[in-house]
Amino acid sequence: MSDPAPTPAIHDMGGLSRFRCSAVERDEAPPDAFGKRVDALRQILAQKGLMTVDELRRGIEAIPEPEYFALTYYERWLTSITGLMLEKGVVTPEDLA
Amino acid sequence: MSADPAPDPTPRFAPGARVRVRDAWPERRRLPSGAPSCHIRTPHYLRGREGEVQAVLGAFANPEDLAFARPAPRRLLYHVLFAQPPIWQEGGEGDTLLVEIFEHWLEPAPESADASGKEAA
Amino acid sequence: MSAPARAESLARLERLVAALRAKGLVSEEELAAMQARTDRASPEIGARMVARAWLDPTWRALLLQDGAAAAERMGVSMAGAPPLGVLENRPGLHHLVVCTLCSCYPRAVLGYPPGWYKSFEYRSRAVRDPRGVLAEWGTTLPAGTKVRVVDSTADYRWMVLPMRPEGTEGWSEDQLAALVTRDALVGVALPQVPARAAA
Repeated sequence: MSDPAPTPAIHDMGGLSRFRCSAVERDEAPPDAFGKRVDALRQILAQKGLMTVDELRRGIEAIPEPEYFALTYYERWLTSITGLMLEKGVVTPEDLA
Repeated sequence: MSADPAPDPTPRFAPGARVRVRDAWPERRRLPSGAPSCHIRTPHYLRGREGEVQAVLGAFANPEDLAFARPAPRRLLYHVLFAQPPIWQEGGEGDTLLVEIFEHWLEPAPESADASGKEAA
Repeated sequence: MSAPARAESLARLERLVAALRAKGLVSEEELAAMQARTDRASPEIGARMVARAWLDPTWRALLLQDGAAAAERMGVSMAGAPPLGVLENRPGLHHLVVCTLCSCYPRAVLGYPPGWYKSFEYRSRAVRDPRGVLAEWGTTLPAGTKVRVVDSTADYRWMVLPMRPEGTEGWSEDQLAALVTRDALVGVALPQVPARAAA
């Protein structure tokens, strides 16, 4: 079965044939310490008006496909948050070196 | 956002209206860097599909602008009901999909094909 | 999916936090407080909202009309949280919630989403093969039940109001709430009365 239309955006996953025959892995674990820290950081930056959740998503959607699938969920968040802070000049590449 | 002084827009569609999701694919345009040039919240599998407005959910700052830190006028958001089988032929008869879609992604359904009335719900 | 973050990512996070700290934009105290606040939300909140709806028709009407207002009335702070919509299961209609575009989830009343909710498999299959997904959970719907998949794409967050199981007449709110699992609030499962309790 082919998809009803080509899907150019990586995150737009509804109905993708690629995962059609894969069972849902019943991963029940809550986020680990790394995930919770990234999650809290995102909320704080949003509260302070330094980024929106929509920008977070845009940054995640910009991750090239091989990396998108290789990173864990909160690693994708961290990549997006870091990119946004650099884009807005909140931090500089030197700050992160 | 919350400081937006403009009043909420008047809904173009009422509950029960037959609508079609625009068959547009703006995400195919990429920036020279290869990064996406847009951020949209209308799933690919609904483009061009017809459904029925179930509810007007309210007006919300347009995520397509918020994602790029642009001024984001409030747009009306609808809950739209679609029959599932025409999309994948895999659900049961009468199975449905209910999805939030912004007004600028909706157009009136063409009169001819499916003006017979109510959605099976 | 739940592979641990690699050491390089942990280091990347600490460099970012250190840079933000140096500019006075974030503090360790703020991070700890935000994490503690986030950790407090759990499916027990949603379960109590459902149990109350099974017992109190007025509360049920409020819950269906404005989930966030109902949560506030129960003492849950919804400040800054998106609007909460509640999807009423009824005889012949079952709801299942997914976010195909990312991982939208009613965190204020259910806590962090589980790993499977964020998985590529769940996101892609729930809209296309919801009955197959339900079967993987061992969930059997009564014959003739239609499935309504709610793809959470925008500004609302959605929680399912399951039907009260038979055999629970006279039960207290606490007893009923104990039947309502997170999976039932997402729609991949139904509330089950333990065999012993029903006997």
